[in-house]
Amino acid sequence: MTFVGWSQIIALLTVVTFSAWALGSFMAAVFTGKRTFLTPAIAPMERGINRLVGVSLKEQNWQTYALATLAFNAMGFVVLYGLMRLQNFLPLNPQGFSAVTEALSFNTAMSFVTNTNWQSYAGESTMSHLVQMAGFTVHNFLSAATGIALAVAFTRAFARSSSTTIGNFWDDLVKSTLYILLPLSIVVAIVFMILGVPQTLQGYVDATTLEGVKQTISIGPMASQEAIKQLGTNGGGFLNANSAHPFENPSAWSNYLSIFAMLVVSGAMPFMFGQMVGDNRQGRALFITMGLFIVVGTAIVYWAETSGNPIIQALGIDPLQGNMEGKELRFGQAMTSLFVVATTGLSCGAVNAMHSSLTPLGGLVPLFMIQLGEVLPGGVGSGLYGILVIAVLTVFIAGLMVGRTPDYLGKKIEAKEMKLAMLALLILPLVMLGFSAVSAMLPAALSSLANAGPHGLTEILYAYSSAAGNNGSAFAGLNANTGWFNTTLGISMFLGRFAYIVPMLAIAGSLASKTKIPASSGSFPTHGPMFVALLVGVILILGGLQYFPSLALSPIVEHFLMLAGKTF
Amino acid sequence: MLSHLRPAFLMLIIMTVLTGLIYPLAMTGIGQVAFSNSANGSVIVNNNAVIGSRLIGEAWTSDKYFWGRPSAAGKGYDAASSSGSNLGPTSKALIDRINGDIQKLRQPSDPTLLPADSVTASGSGLDPHISPQYANLQIARVAKARGVAEEKIKAVVLANTQNSTLGLFGEPRVNVLLLNLALDGLNSQTNG
Repeated sequence: MTFVGWSQIIALLTVVTFSAWALGSFMAAVFTGKRTFLTPAIAPMERGINRLVGVSLKEQNWQTYALATLAFNAMGFVVLYGLMRLQNFLPLNPQGFSAVTEALSFNTAMSFVTNTNWQSYAGESTMSHLVQMAGFTVHNFLSAATGIALAVAFTRAFARSSSTTIGNFWDDLVKSTLYILLPLSIVVAIVFMILGVPQTLQGYVDATTLEGVKQTISIGPMASQEAIKQLGTNGGGFLNANSAHPFENPSAWSNYLSIFAMLVVSGAMPFMFGQMVGDNRQGRALFITMGLFIVVGTAIVYWAETSGNPIIQALGIDPLQGNMEGKELRFGQAMTSLFVVATTGLSCGAVNAMHSSLTPLGGLVPLFMIQLGEVLPGGVGSGLYGILVIAVLTVFIAGLMVGRTPDYLGKKIEAKEMKLAMLALLILPLVMLGFSAVSAMLPAALSSLANAGPHGLTEILYAYSSAAGNNGSAFAGLNANTGWFNTTLGISMFLGRFAYIVPMLAIAGSLASKTKIPASSGSFPTHGPMFVALLVGVILILGGLQYFPSLALSPIVEHFLMLAGKTF
Repeated sequence: MLSHLRPAFLMLIIMTVLTGLIYPLAMTGIGQVAFSNSANGSVIVNNNAVIGSRLIGEAWTSDKYFWGRPSAAGKGYDAASSSGSNLGPTSKALIDRINGDIQKLRQPSDPTLLPADSVTASGSGLDPHISPQYANLQIARVAKARGVAEEKIKAVVLANTQNSTLGLFGEPRVNVLLLNLALDGLNSQTNG
């Protein structure tokens, strides 16, 4: 670890914090119907779209809101699946790729609709430009907009008193796309192009190197997809190597921009929450909790990666650069570590280094960040409603400890909310650990592993954690493009997204209908350091109890085996 | 649910047109007009032939040229098949590969520590850069193969080393393709 490295980390996180705060205020204005500087330009477009679609903008109760969400996502899934299955008959396929197989299309369509963007395929050798643009780029926007819409609906449940409705899904979806994601994407895409990211409809360039060797270089409409891939915490790259590829992430500067873009919208969500519930301190407490995990996680990864791999150093390799396997030279260890932690604390899943080649402890952190529920700060929107569900659990536990009636922001937390919160929270470990356990015993699944020993178990555990957490990054030694993994990972992504949001919206409906009770000397303050500490504790205990046994068998034991010089 | 399917379908179509066609095509238009070099892959043309991209590493085998890092992209620096090795820290395959690469770079009796980037594969398999340390390590070999004084090669390496901006942003690095191109320029100067 160096002073220069830490300076970069702190400088970037400071810029993210201030930008997130400003963006959060802007988002609160958009979703409460206030006028913003973009209103004159975008309001006519918004009205046009709403008229064309012919949706009713009437407020919806939670059931209707949930049904609209599910219908829209189901439609997206079907159309995306169709696009991939038929890409050989459709235009903009300069490389002439054949139709994508059933299992891979299922997995990929589920992956993009759920904002996971797990990739069982190599983009440059599988998907046509049409699928990348009209399929993937679209769902990068829409899955992120869906997340924002759901988070806004959940926020309204706390902001309102005795309300039967929580907003209108179509209205929230269109506003998220037009006012937030699209303008940001245009700016970021242009900066990416300036920094060297290609944006063309051609398929490839043929080059002959100075030594006379032929090299075929994949290019395409990358900058436009790269921008929303980061901003929408999607993470599905145009190319197989994702943000490690010099075209997706050409320089140290594009790397700063990538990290900034993936953090800023999710970081803005708690500030938006604070403004909408009328108490900025509430949002700040959530933001600080998220930030603490990012900083501590980055410190651990940065330390582990600069310490390097003693087995390799023993061969006569200079320990100065640290562990460089799977890393690009231009980013440096500090900004690679921050990227690793940000992309997994978020449910982004873009990677600028191969997570499978991180040191055991360096790889433990991203895995654990995913398993903690993708709330630090989590996906766009999904991070906010995720941490709010945990916050509800936290005030309940705090209430139990001191014998007070738990309430959060003036809303009484009762048995119904707790049951629904547990239903939402328990689906993740069930999927992550359940499928991992089955895969660890199936010969067909084990033949997909590239690494033996504890690292192989980490590959499986990481895959299902990433899918259920809707993250999408991978310990990519695992060959997941098989019938078993494509199908079960697809199911994991589906459950991780939709089996979570239905109980979450039910909590929202229940809370919205409650009358706000004014804070009294008996209510537990949820904006101070005590609440932050409790929330951190609940997140860690929840994650630790559920996942520690499996982690002990994978990265932790691998760490000690590495120190002992053992290889597999 | 069924009453939502119609708006769901129409919304999807409109959003596809907006975010899937208008947005990327508008960006393509801007890129092609305003930043045509980078929008088309930052290719380098030498004597009317495309010799590669400034951003994409290439496979180098001749002693006359500086070599890049080991690559796991296809059979090595396949720019249509980017990939890391994905080998974990306790992988025997990784240690064997590194041992093999060490043999190519130094005599068994030589106690010099090798820089880590000289024996590790990058994340993309297309890393265009090497560290200044790895470049320095190769100067003697390149100078010998080209029959040029080491000082001259050293000067070219130094001229092609990018340091961090303000001593803070970015890593010190050498772009291998640009360095090798400059070396060929050096030879044609001395010969001509």
